[in-house]
Amino acid sequence: MTDFFRPHQLSDALEIARTGGVTITAGCTDLFPATQAQALRGPVLDVTGIAGMRGITQSATGWRIGAATTWTDILRADLPGAFDGLRAAAREVGSVQIQNAGTIGGNLCNASPAADGVPALLTLDAEVELCSTAGTRRMALDTFLTGPRQTLLAPGELLTAVLLPPVAGTGGFLKLGARRYLVISIAMVAARLEIEAGHIRHAALAVGACSAVARRLPAQEAALTGAPVARAASRIDASVLQPDLSPITDIRADATYRAHSATVLMRRLVVGICQEAEA
Amino acid sequence: MTAQPTHLNLQVNGKPVVVQADPMRRLSDVLREDLGLRGSKVGCDAGDCGACTVLVDGAPVCSCLTPVVRAVGHSVETIEGLSPNGLSDLQNAFLRHGAAQCGICTPGMLMAATGLLAETPAPTRSQVEDALGGVLCRCTGYAKIIDAVLSVGHSGAAQALPASGQAVGARIERLDGLAKVNGAEVFGADHWPEGALVVRAIRSPHFAASFEFGDLAGWEAARAVQVFTARDLAALGGVNRFGVIPPFADQPALAETEARLRGEAVAIVVGTHKVMDAIDLSDFPITWTTLTPVMDPATAIGARAVQAERADNVLTRGRVVQGDAAAGLGAAAHVAEVTVETAYVEHAYIEPEAGCAWVEGDTLVIQACTQAPVMDQDDVAILLGLPRERVRIIPAAAGGGFGSKLDVSLQPLIGLAALLTGQPCRMVYSRAESMQSTTKRHPATMSAQIGVDAAGRITGMAFEGQFNTGAYASWGPTVANRVPVHASGPYLTPNYRAETVAIHTNGPVSGAFRGFGVPQAAVVQEVLYDDLAAALAMDRLAFRRLNALSDGDRSVCGQQLHGVGIDACLAALEPRWAQANADAAAFNAAGGALRRGVGLASCWYGCGNTALPNPSTVRLGITAQGRLCLHQGATDIGQGSNTVVTQICADALGLPIAQFELIGPDTALTPDCGKTSASRQTVVTGKAAMLSGQALRQQILALTNRGADADLTLDGGRIIVTDAAGAGEISLADLPLGAHGYVLMAEESYDPPTLPLDEDGQGAPYAVYGYGAHLAEVEVDMALGVVKVLHITAAHDLGRVINPQLAEGQIEGGIAQGLGMALMEEFIPGRTENLHDYLIPTAGDMPKITPILIEVPDPEGPMGAKGLGEHVLIPTAPAILNAIRDASGARVTRLPALPHRVLAAIQEAGQ
Repeated sequence: MTDFFRPHQLSDALEIARTGGVTITAGCTDLFPATQAQALRGPVLDVTGIAGMRGITQSATGWRIGAATTWTDILRADLPGAFDGLRAAAREVGSVQIQNAGTIGGNLCNASPAADGVPALLTLDAEVELCSTAGTRRMALDTFLTGPRQTLLAPGELLTAVLLPPVAGTGGFLKLGARRYLVISIAMVAARLEIEAGHIRHAALAVGACSAVARRLPAQEAALTGAPVARAASRIDASVLQPDLSPITDIRADATYRAHSATVLMRRLVVGICQEAEA
Repeated sequence: MTAQPTHLNLQVNGKPVVVQADPMRRLSDVLREDLGLRGSKVGCDAGDCGACTVLVDGAPVCSCLTPVVRAVGHSVETIEGLSPNGLSDLQNAFLRHGAAQCGICTPGMLMAATGLLAETPAPTRSQVEDALGGVLCRCTGYAKIIDAVLSVGHSGAAQALPASGQAVGARIERLDGLAKVNGAEVFGADHWPEGALVVRAIRSPHFAASFEFGDLAGWEAARAVQVFTARDLAALGGVNRFGVIPPFADQPALAETEARLRGEAVAIVVGTHKVMDAIDLSDFPITWTTLTPVMDPATAIGARAVQAERADNVLTRGRVVQGDAAAGLGAAAHVAEVTVETAYVEHAYIEPEAGCAWVEGDTLVIQACTQAPVMDQDDVAILLGLPRERVRIIPAAAGGGFGSKLDVSLQPLIGLAALLTGQPCRMVYSRAESMQSTTKRHPATMSAQIGVDAAGRITGMAFEGQFNTGAYASWGPTVANRVPVHASGPYLTPNYRAETVAIHTNGPVSGAFRGFGVPQAAVVQEVLYDDLAAALAMDRLAFRRLNALSDGDRSVCGQQLHGVGIDACLAALEPRWAQANADAAAFNAAGGALRRGVGLASCWYGCGNTALPNPSTVRLGITAQGRLCLHQGATDIGQGSNTVVTQICADALGLPIAQFELIGPDTALTPDCGKTSASRQTVVTGKAAMLSGQALRQQILALTNRGADADLTLDGGRIIVTDAAGAGEISLADLPLGAHGYVLMAEESYDPPTLPLDEDGQGAPYAVYGYGAHLAEVEVDMALGVVKVLHITAAHDLGRVINPQLAEGQIEGGIAQGLGMALMEEFIPGRTENLHDYLIPTAGDMPKITPILIEVPDPEGPMGAKGLGEHVLIPTAPAILNAIRDASGARVTRLPALPHRVLAAIQEAGQ
């Protein structure tokens, strides 16, 4: 019989986590596929019952998305245009069944290079909130994710929320896979653009599935910043964008194609957001 | 804070239930094992297939990914709760539209759709696709499922079954459909006697390895389980070699000293459900010594022998030669040539292999998924050293087959366990086990040249194909023989040489998969036909019609053909062809990254075994009480033989289909109707059913002395026979009781007449052929190489349409598999053993499909009918490839046409 804990108070959860050796679960959409067994081996700490772990709240300092918030919660939430990329990504996570169970916190802690949620969160300058009995720390998402299946989550620590500063602009997200649903990305791109008077004032761009962890593209962002929207397409350039990527060749695509498709997708996404802003 | 709850209070289908369960057990397992709600199916245990979808507080989730504890305090709804009294509108719509074929995905589809309709009562097509995108279906191509969901609320009443003499041609619901939409269908994993032991297999993690067991006795004693190996099988007197073609039988049920493929079973472990649920097999006492695996068929000849008896790694060769191919090509005005490479393709039925075995008296009974109960009976008897009559096979509903469930898989394993333990034993393959250890479509490397004269007539063709047949024979010989017979396509090819070789490797066993190698070969021939039309500057459809086989023509085997329907199929595509080309041209004129194109391809396919006997026998009886019983031994794996065979029999006999009671299949109850394979059941079993119906009718007419066109009425205990001269009556109770408990009975066999093939492949390999042609319209993203198939118009000559709805279902489902083969399906041994790395089309990947049913009667087929089941897949991939080329210039010669391959081909074409 699995030792199973589903505390309602964060403090209780942190006490359990502190003792170590527990599997932290939320939606279980990554944990069950990793085993052939009919039950997850314990001890298990289920964080979905903790007060405040699920839901999206706004304050003067920005937005807080509880770690146990599901993708369905996110895609149905009333969020400003800067979150359009995140909401679009939520729709592309697996299937409706997965979106109803899978959580944003689980997606980050699972740390797949192809995690659908990460590129859009990077464009929103996301931070993660990490709690332990020793206290709470905040960390930029791109610091937190260190490699495939690797994060800076310390023993005894729980990821409790994703924190987003007040951000402006319009977001977007495109995913490329070999079929329509239930597909792991070949490449995906997210962007958030702040457009004023026909010019891109700020660009936040990220690419997923083309490096060990999804990445922001500082050189490409710089090249785009200040551009008139009519010139945006020509500013997305392989020689600027691709040095920030390190794609691999696998069963889904080869490395060259990945880098190429990320460039094409990013150009399309940026042009699309610009056209929408102009319309 | 909660710790270790053992009693969990659930609310399932509106009723409170208490279960004692590990809180982190999969909800699917608790529903099926503890609550007996086996309508929720488990296809992958990974959220990849959606068959286990249930509603939690109205929201669809995969019950395999949901720990049972997460359902506490929430309402769980399963298919059993959809409509406790009768059927919901949605379930009725599924029945009416033919949305369930094998039925294994149906519960998941129904629950996902129920979740959608509760929130969005009148959804759009794209909303339906979004909602169903998480449930995979391998049979239907999704068209009828989506139509069914869209029809809810305005679908009208169910139609009555047709009257006497009007069954053939009627669009009736499948006769076995109810259980498929209400969750009651019993698949291989759904039945076991109380207390049945659980069997799991120890499998090779290596492609090639010898092995030695350690202390089995100590290991099993410490765990309260029993371990059986090939040695136990030999002790029973079994011959540890099985195979679908007896002269080639070479596969052990349990490997003896060497495993020749990854996933090959070497031992089974048997124990109680409780013990087996918790057991860790990773410390099973076995030592592996890896061998260098032979993986590449191109270098396999001369490499280490995969099987010592076949030192050169050649399983068999196939050959058809007519005229002089070299001379024909030499005389041609234009010659086109190509080399095409195709991948391993996985059947990916949603039901992993499953079944249960028990001993009844001195008979071993096996109830498991299968396409071939009598072949299973033969194989199990040989493997376990039993006389054939002491093995009974009861086919469970098969949750998809497509060829792979023709070979035995777990039947000998559970049979061995049941014999040696004396207890009922059950087994369910995991998705990974299923994908590792069962058969695949042969990967092929094929080269061909085809020549035409200046007028556009084919002058000759040369074809060579190398087929990777994997570690064991399975259906490799059939593929090697079918391909040369069919590689010409349905076109008059006067000078022809086609040679094939099936080569052993340590890859997965390649076996039967819808089309037996012909879908691969069709790619080569149809790609070349586009090349030749271009060289001639001829319209591609006109070129095909010019060369299409006509009635009375001889095939490449020298067989004179009758009832040839290929030109009728191509002619039926003419209107759409003109429109599609105009549409694509108009679209492309606007410029942009997307370009549209149109492609064509044809098929022909012989129904039944290749120049070998394959009889079916059907029994039809009437009891003294007036029950009309059809013993129908053809396994219906979703394609519809239960319905089609009955429709044929009903009209042959002259009684309404509603009066028929279906019995079987079951080797104890039904005569042998052969395997569900080779597109043979409508033709072969259908004809046996027709002959049985006619024979019984003759008996009835003779007893009443009425004319051939008399009307029959079965009314309780009497049959009334009416003709122009008056009425006669048979009182059934007055007739003597005959065999099998019937007072009137007919049992007829039919074996399609064929002639053996000589060393040049000349003869008459099939009695009946079917024909078809597909027109694909695609859109290619020129910057990304992504292909979207927009529309497929599919004309198929069925000879006589027995049931248009079932025929459409075959066409739509075959196209889905052909589309998958063309664009996304590539099984990589050791790498894609799940349904998220191995991709099959989802509800969002399918084009609009327009089936066109053509009837060019076959003189041999029952009521003119021809087979269809495999034909439907053959033209799809080449039609799509030709459309890709038309759109983009890209000539893709390695399947699947993944985006990076298409883009590379676009770039190559642009240089």
